[in-house]
Amino acid sequence: MTVFALIVINKAGGLIYNKNFHDGLNKISTNDYLVLAGTFHGVHAITARLTPIRPPAPPAGLRPEQVSGLEVLETENFRMQCFNTLTGVKFLLFTDTTQTNVDVTIRKVYDLYADYVMKNPFYSLEMPIRCEMFDRKLQSYVREINNR
Amino acid sequence: MSQPSVPSSGKDGGLRVPSNGKTIYHRPLNRTKTAEISQASFAYLFGEMVTYAQRRVKGVQELEQRLNVQGHAIGLKLLDLLLHREPPRSQHRPTNILALLHFIRTSLWTHLFARAADRLEKSADPENPDDYMIIDNEPLVNAFISVPKDMSSLNCAAFVAGIVEGVCDGADFPGKVTAHSVPEGEMWPGKTVFLIKFRSEVVEREAYLGKS
Repeated sequence: MTVFALIVINKAGGLIYNKNFHDGLNKISTNDYLVLAGTFHGVHAITARLTPIRPPAPPAGLRPEQVSGLEVLETENFRMQCFNTLTGVKFLLFTDTTQTNVDVTIRKVYDLYADYVMKNPFYSLEMPIRCEMFDRKLQSYVREINNR
Repeated sequence: MSQPSVPSSGKDGGLRVPSNGKTIYHRPLNRTKTAEISQASFAYLFGEMVTYAQRRVKGVQELEQRLNVQGHAIGLKLLDLLLHREPPRSQHRPTNILALLHFIRTSLWTHLFARAADRLEKSADPENPDDYMIIDNEPLVNAFISVPKDMSSLNCAAFVAGIVEGVCDGADFPGKVTAHSVPEGEMWPGKTVFLIKFRSEVVEREAYLGKS
């Protein structure tokens, strides 16, 4: 069981963070990462519109629930889970196909983001994440999972 | 007019003191068991304080100075408050440097951060033999803060340094307190040293009092 990589996309479809946790992955250029993030953002928007079922009417006084769009993508070699926050930030976690409880892992990554990125006065919203603390905590959390 | 329900000492006029001697100054306003506040809300508030200070300054030094000033007033008040809460027997102000530093390391730190500071040291540098250092391995105010590379000398614990300076000033030990990052490997990446430089007259007075 391995976590391969993490990508974070802001609400405008820009890449704000990417990190590899595993040696021996195919390297792609920074430019390709940006294209990947933008493309995924578009695909996600389309999938959210594709829902064939009309969402149930929300209880009075509440907003309708957000349509989730693409959540998991699985191939022979990897599995990608997407977590879309209420503010439109997307976390993409690439793992191997046998990885379990990815939704718990991705929630924890979101926790780390909320703590070490959002509470950092030097981070400007929607910009690339350059927070040493976030890097460190994420690294040690993923290492813990990969060594399990 | 009806009498207030608070039991009073019964004297007419003057200050009424509850019979158990506990006034509103004796305990925190928030009455939960541990009297703690949410770390997240503090982190957001402190983040805004840093941003506020940052908008009005040119360099790192000025920013630290501003944070220092923000903390100073808190320190002055905390000295009085914490001494007031001590049991009457030990309710006196620290009169020498060591007692003061010990008060800061234990009482002040415990009140603010719910634990004592990690170490207290006297400078080993022969050029500044009268500097003191309070060492905190993981300052609470920096828990969620990563300083950008272009401001690497900044340490937001300058705010805490300001509080310490306020306490020293209030106790009539004027001096300068600064916060410095001294990362210690993987274990304590946020280790911070609060360097306390007392003014020369304080050091002189201490030497004079020490002799008698």
